[in-house]
Amino acid sequence: MAKLNVNGRVVEFAVEDDTPLLWALREHLDLTGTKYGCGIAQCGACTVHVDGVAVRSCSQPVSAFNEGQKIVTIEGLSHNSSHPIQQAWLALDVPQCGFCQSGMIMAAAALLATTPRPTEEQIREEVNNICRCGTYNRVIAGIQRAAGTGTAG
Amino acid sequence: MNAITRRAALATAAMGAFTFGFRIPAPGEAAAQSAATPEVNAWVVVKPDDTVIIRIARSEMGQGTLTGLAQMVAEELECDWSKVTTEYPTPGQNLARGRVWGNMSTGGSRGIRESNELVRKGGATARIMLVQAAAQGWGVPVDECSAANSVITHGPSGRRASFGSVALAAGRLTPPAAADVPLKAPSAWKLIGRPLARLDTAPKINGSLIYGMDLKLPGMLNAAIQACPVFGGKVAAVDSAAAERMPGVKRVLRVGDNAVAVVADTWWRAKTALEKVNITWNLGEHANASSAAFAEVMRAGLDAPQAAVGNRNGDAAAAIAAAPRKVEAVYGYPHQNHACMEVMNATAIWTAERCEVWTPTQNGEAAHAATAEAAGLPPARCEVHKLHLGGGFGRRGAVHDWVRQVVDIAKQMPGTPVKLLWTREEDMVQGRYHPVTMAKLTAGLDAQGNITGLHMRISGQSILAGLFPQNIRDGRDPVVFQGLNNAGGEADIGYGFPNLLIDHAMRNPHVPPGFWRGVNLNQNAFYLECFMDELAHAAGKDPLEYRRALMANYPKHRAVLDAVAAKVGWGSPAAPIGGQAVHRGLCVTHGFGSYVAACAEVSVSDAGELKIHRIVAATDCGFAVNPQQIAAQVEGSFVYGLTAALYGECTVKDGRIEQTNFDSYPMMKMDTMPKVETIINASGGFWGGVGEPTIAVAAPAVLNAIFAATGKRIRQLPLRDADLRRA
Repeated sequence: MAKLNVNGRVVEFAVEDDTPLLWALREHLDLTGTKYGCGIAQCGACTVHVDGVAVRSCSQPVSAFNEGQKIVTIEGLSHNSSHPIQQAWLALDVPQCGFCQSGMIMAAAALLATTPRPTEEQIREEVNNICRCGTYNRVIAGIQRAAGTGTAG
Repeated sequence: MNAITRRAALATAAMGAFTFGFRIPAPGEAAAQSAATPEVNAWVVVKPDDTVIIRIARSEMGQGTLTGLAQMVAEELECDWSKVTTEYPTPGQNLARGRVWGNMSTGGSRGIRESNELVRKGGATARIMLVQAAAQGWGVPVDECSAANSVITHGPSGRRASFGSVALAAGRLTPPAAADVPLKAPSAWKLIGRPLARLDTAPKINGSLIYGMDLKLPGMLNAAIQACPVFGGKVAAVDSAAAERMPGVKRVLRVGDNAVAVVADTWWRAKTALEKVNITWNLGEHANASSAAFAEVMRAGLDAPQAAVGNRNGDAAAAIAAAPRKVEAVYGYPHQNHACMEVMNATAIWTAERCEVWTPTQNGEAAHAATAEAAGLPPARCEVHKLHLGGGFGRRGAVHDWVRQVVDIAKQMPGTPVKLLWTREEDMVQGRYHPVTMAKLTAGLDAQGNITGLHMRISGQSILAGLFPQNIRDGRDPVVFQGLNNAGGEADIGYGFPNLLIDHAMRNPHVPPGFWRGVNLNQNAFYLECFMDELAHAAGKDPLEYRRALMANYPKHRAVLDAVAAKVGWGSPAAPIGGQAVHRGLCVTHGFGSYVAACAEVSVSDAGELKIHRIVAATDCGFAVNPQQIAAQVEGSFVYGLTAALYGECTVKDGRIEQTNFDSYPMMKMDTMPKVETIINASGGFWGGVGEPTIAVAAPAVLNAIFAATGKRIRQLPLRDADLRRA
């Protein structure tokens, strides 16, 4: 059994303790916006927030979490994609295939939560998710836009 | 089929309207979102509320073709762009309607360049029918009416009708013959050429877009699979007793002759149980194969007497023999995995009457054919529902091995929908890999350093031999020479050599090849453009001027090269960054119908640490449909191409691929990503591809810059093991 606080709602469901949080979210709560990419915390496609901190959900068992921790997935990040990161993504057409972007957005949002005006260096170091389409430069520009630190042009 | 109909209703209710533009049809559901509204023609549906649904035959995998193709239909349709949405027709519908949507294959950067006329005529035909319907309704001559912004206007009276109000009547008209449908001149284009926002971004930023991996059908089970890690090996025996006792496990199945799948209620349980299945493999004849052994096979091919000729003029051997100076170098390019972010997956439901598959595919028709074959049913009783791809890069087009697997599984469980999802590990070791090749380049130089003759001998793997052997003639794979062909094609060499021989000694390993974004242009541009740099250095000449002297008859190649040289300020030294000198490297090539060039600016520290600071890249794709998406493809190409150059290598030991995940097959991340400045040098008059050609210039531009910085030539990719401390 697991009892989790996900996107502001406490849910209780039957699951083996060693099931990764990622698969609990995807298969038991139908929150499929969080993606499986590698299963070994290398790519970040599975990034969610736990108490505001970016966590790679593929490599943490569901038993490591309790209802006192606030888990937020891409579906719960905002209403109507209104988070500044999502708005910047929309304005700059950041995604290509889009598959890694849930994780990328969650990583970027977590960065801004702790570092509202990150330097480009900080962005490059802190957001280390993998994107195979190669959206990195628009991701950087998107974070800067959301943070209000972007340079014109 | 009552059960399926009931499921369809449930699935429709369950899935609701969670996709933007693309609603996912449930089992047995014949059509997509346009089902309730009759079409104007195959390409266009206009709803009574004026929403325009444009049908897109090609697959969207991030490259933006969905938006680009919609722009082209809308251009001729004269509709209000803000009212445009899109949908995929299915391969089954295409088959039933005599391939009205043409080729659905989405590879070779062909989406726009191959179908531009077909889709523009589709839009124009629909406009003609809408105008005719309005004119008939008013009882006025057609030529007094015109369409703009989704409204038809009768000039003399000023009467107006929206597209939505006449669409039903328009759809009943006989369409004009294609020959009678004129297309706009490029000068009249209003949507083609504009940097419009993509149509598919909104659902990609809130997790609502349903990828194949995310699909859930009522009653669906989940499958995990392992195939024999040695290509060509088979399953000898399966001990599944322990796995069958695991929670949630429904079945342990053999799939084909080389794989075992576990089907369970959840995928995580299936995957966990699969690890408990004891599989005995018959590893077959390649159990001892290795990359090192195959390198020796290729090396022998570099000097083999027999080779297929790709490009020849004059007598290169004689010219080189007579030259006062000879320069020779051997290069190599490894196997690489596509490593799509979304691993291979598909969902299928099979009954004795019908088989349906939901999958991300670059080629719906090929997926449909694979489905029918694996299902043992006629194609008319099969259907494939395409989903947006979480990356394709060539892996999801030519072979549909994962589709055959899921149909095989579903066939063993009639009536039950099953979703098959590979692990990343399975995806890494069951790929269709970038071909492995080597090349020996030999040039004769005269006293002034001019090239008197060039011989480029390629040795190694042929993609066609692995995928479409029927296209090999007399041992010659024409695609091997991509970017090296004589003038007049879509992938031509850009230099006039007085004597030239380019040939290929085909040597195929047991590792299956695939079309890998950029295909053979990747290694060919690396080999030729780095060697050209070697020759310029040997001649003591500037790499730009050395190239330009040979490009008099190749103005489009030269124009993109000149464009990057001008923008980067070639000829004046780059400003140091952080106390480190910055050095430049150049590259130019032609592939997929487009001309591309790049200049890289790098620095290398005393400790040998490489930093790629900036890339300037130019593209001449003829007509530029959506400039901001072209820029996105060019930027992304450097991530894909530099990942390949810096890290990308799949090695073979004991017959199997050694790299199993991103820890052993690393990817470029944001910390090493250079700035990319894109020049769209569109000269008009032709339609070139955009998704792939730029991949090939990434490695040589950076490697030539590394030589400028260090005096070291890197001739074997990837770079990661190279010692870059100054020579």
